[in-house]
Amino acid sequence: MQSRNNIILIILILMVAVATYIALPIDHPDWFSRIVAPHQEGPQALTLRLGLDLQGGTQIQLEPDLPEGQKATDEQLELARAIIERRVNGLGVSESLVQTAKDRIIVALPGVDDPDAAIETLRGTGQLEFVDLGKNPEKLQAGVQINTTNGPAENPATDTVYTTIMTGDKLKNVDVRRDPNTQKPYIAFELTKAGSEIFGKYSGDNIGNFLAIVMDKTILSAPVIRAKITDAGVIEGDFTLEEAQNLAIQMKYGALPVPLKVVDVRTVGPSLGEDSVRRSLLAGTIGIIVVLLFMLAFYRLPGFLADLALLSFVAFNIALYKIIPVVLTLPGIAGFLLTTGTAVDANILIFERMREELRAGRSLPSAVEAGFSRAWTSILDSNLSTILTGIILLYFGSNFGASMVKGFAITLIIGVLISMFTAVFATRTFMRFLIQYFAEPLKDKLSWFSV
Amino acid sequence: MYDIIKHRRWYYIFSTLIIIPGLLIMLYSMLTIGTPFRLSIDFTGGTLWELRFSQPVAPGNMVEFFHNQGIPDVNVHTIGDENTLVIRTKAINPEEKMQLMAAMEKQFGEKPEELQFRAVGPTVGKEVTRTAFIAVIMASLVILAFIIFAFRKVDHPVRYGVSAIIAMIHDVLVASAFFSLMGFVAGWEVDALFLTALLTVIGFSVQDTIVVFDRIRENSRRRKGESFEVIANRSLLETVQRSVATQINAMFVMIALLLFGGVTVRQFIATMFVGMLSGTYSSIFIATPLLVSWHNHEGIFGWFGGRKKRTKKTITA
Repeated sequence: MQSRNNIILIILILMVAVATYIALPIDHPDWFSRIVAPHQEGPQALTLRLGLDLQGGTQIQLEPDLPEGQKATDEQLELARAIIERRVNGLGVSESLVQTAKDRIIVALPGVDDPDAAIETLRGTGQLEFVDLGKNPEKLQAGVQINTTNGPAENPATDTVYTTIMTGDKLKNVDVRRDPNTQKPYIAFELTKAGSEIFGKYSGDNIGNFLAIVMDKTILSAPVIRAKITDAGVIEGDFTLEEAQNLAIQMKYGALPVPLKVVDVRTVGPSLGEDSVRRSLLAGTIGIIVVLLFMLAFYRLPGFLADLALLSFVAFNIALYKIIPVVLTLPGIAGFLLTTGTAVDANILIFERMREELRAGRSLPSAVEAGFSRAWTSILDSNLSTILTGIILLYFGSNFGASMVKGFAITLIIGVLISMFTAVFATRTFMRFLIQYFAEPLKDKLSWFSV
Repeated sequence: MYDIIKHRRWYYIFSTLIIIPGLLIMLYSMLTIGTPFRLSIDFTGGTLWELRFSQPVAPGNMVEFFHNQGIPDVNVHTIGDENTLVIRTKAINPEEKMQLMAAMEKQFGEKPEELQFRAVGPTVGKEVTRTAFIAVIMASLVILAFIIFAFRKVDHPVRYGVSAIIAMIHDVLVASAFFSLMGFVAGWEVDALFLTALLTVIGFSVQDTIVVFDRIRENSRRRKGESFEVIANRSLLETVQRSVATQINAMFVMIALLLFGGVTVRQFIATMFVGMLSGTYSSIFIATPLLVSWHNHEGIFGWFGGRKKRTKKTITA
C-alpha cells in the first residue's frame, strides 16, 4: 500500500513535469512533438492556438443563394467548399480553415490585413484559363500560381506573365473516361465553335509544348500538347480516377456550382485581439494567485497540497490544449478559469469532511481517508451535472457555427475532467505521502489542518 | 444547532420579492420593445461595427454620414474613448461595406482602424433563437433526469429533482432579471454568450444543490431516528462552510475577470456572477427548504394528494 503510493507519486511527478514542459511557451524539439502529438505536424506542433477573437482575423459564413424552396445538394456544397478552400489557399493565409456545417460553409481567416478584399476573392466567380507555357522553362507544376495576360496573381511563383489562349467559357462539355485497354482515366472535353477556331490554330502550332489549365491563377494541370485539337480533345496524365474527376469538375464548374451569399461576418482587428490576450492573462494570473492564497490561508497544510494540485491542474490543461489541439477563445479562457473554481471546490469538499472527522476524534490517517471517500460521491454527482451542461453547450455551439460557445464548452468539459484527476487523485497521493512519513510529528499539530 | 430551515417562509418571501420585480422589468420590456431583453444582432440580424479614428468623431456626424449614404436606421455611440465608435445598423453585405469605408475615408479624412466587424443575416438570427430555446429546455430536462437517477435510492426521488429544478429556475430568473435591468440601465444585449452564461448558471446551480442533497441522502441513512426537518437542517449546516468557501473562490476568479479581463466578456461574466451567487443562495435557502415543505405537505404541497399518503404512513408506523 505504502510503496504503491510512492510509485504513484513518482509517476505523478513525472506526468506533471512533462505537462509543464509541454505547457511552457518554448520551442519543443521535433522528436518530442512526434511522441506526444503524432497527429500534428510542422512548426505548428505543440503551440497554443488562439481563436480569431484573440489573434485578430475574420470568420465568414456563406450560404447557397438559391430561390425559396430550392436546396443545394451535399455534393454541390462539398464542391463549393473545395473551390473556396483552393481560393483561400491562394490568399496565402496560414492556418486558414474552410469547413461545412449543415448547409453553410464557414471560412476562418486568422490575421488577414484586409478582410474585405479577402471576402471578395472568395466569392469571385472562378475563372478558368488555358495558358501557353511554351517549353515550360520554369518547370511550373500543378498547384502554383502564375500571372497571365488576363490579370496578375495574388502570390505568383514567378514574375513572368504567360499568355492566355482562351478562357473557360469556350468549353462546351467536360467528361472523365477510361482508356478501354489500360483502364487509365483521362479527361475528354468539347469546345464551342469559337473555341475550336482559337484552339485549333494554337494547338496546331504548338505541338510538343506545355499547356496549363489554370483556375483562378492556380495551375490545375500542365499537360503536353500531342496533336492539333479542334472541336474535341483529351487530357491524359498520371492521375487517379478521383483526381481526374476533380479536375473535370473544376474545368466544368469554374464558377461555384451554386451562387453563395455571405450571411455572417465577424472581424476582429489585431489590436483588439492583442488587448484581449493581455487582459485575459492578467485576469487569469490574478484570479489564480488569489485562489492559491485563499486555500493556503483557509486550509493551511492541506491547502498547500491543494495549491500544488491546482498548479498541476493548470499545467495539465494547457498541455492538453496544445496536444489536442484546442483553439483558445476569450470565452474559452473564462471556461478554463471557472473550472479552476471547480478544481478547488473538490478540495474544499474533501477538506471540510476531513476537518469534521478530525473534530469527531478520528486519528489523522483515518480522517484523511474518510475525507476523500466520503466527499467522492458529492464531487462525482456535482461534476457530472456540469459535464452534462457542457455537452449540451457543445451541441448548441456546433449547431450554428458559434465558435465562441463551443470554445467555452470544450475548456469547461476538459477542465472538469482534469479537476477530478488533480483535485482528488493527485491531492490524495500527496496527502498519503505526508501521512506515511510525517504522521507522528503531525499528530500534535492539528492546527495545521485548521482544526 | 442553529435552525436554518425554520425560517423557510421568509426565504420564500425574500426570493419572491426579488423575482417579482424582475418579472415586472421583463414584462415592461416585453411591452416596450417586444422582447424580455434587448436582443443583439446574433438574434435579430444586423451589423455591429467598431472603428477607431485618430481623433474624436462625434457620433452625430457618423449618424448623418450613414443617412447620406441611404442608411437611415443607425445607432452610433462612443466606447472607451472619444475616438472609438460603435455603429449598429441593418445587416450590410461586403460590397456595401467597402463602399461605406471608401466614402468614410473621404468624409472624415482618414481610414479608421477596424477593431471589430460583425454582420449577421436575418435567417441566421432566427435559427440561433430556435437552437437557443431548444438548448435551455434540453438542459433542464437532462438535469432533471440526472437528479432523479442520482437520487433513485432515496424516498421520493422526484421531489429532489423538482426542488433542484425550481431552485435552478429561480437562479435563471434572477440572472435574467438582472440582465433585463442592465438592458435598460446600460443597454446590454442578449447574445450567444448570455445563453452560455445562463446554461453555466444552470450547471453550477444544480452542482451546489446536489452537494446539499447528497448530504441529506447520507444523513437520512445514518440517522434514521431524526425527523426529516432536523436531518435537512443538519445537512445544510454541515455543507454551508463548503458552499461559502467555494462561492468565495469562484468570486475571486470572476472579480478578477471583471476588473482586468477583456470588455468582450464583461457582460457574460457579470451575468454568471449574479447567477452563481443566486445559485449558492438557492441551494441553501430554496431547494432544501422546499424539500422540507414538500415533506410536511405545507401550503401548495398539500394539494398534491400527499395527505392520504401521510395518514397511510402513520398507520404502518
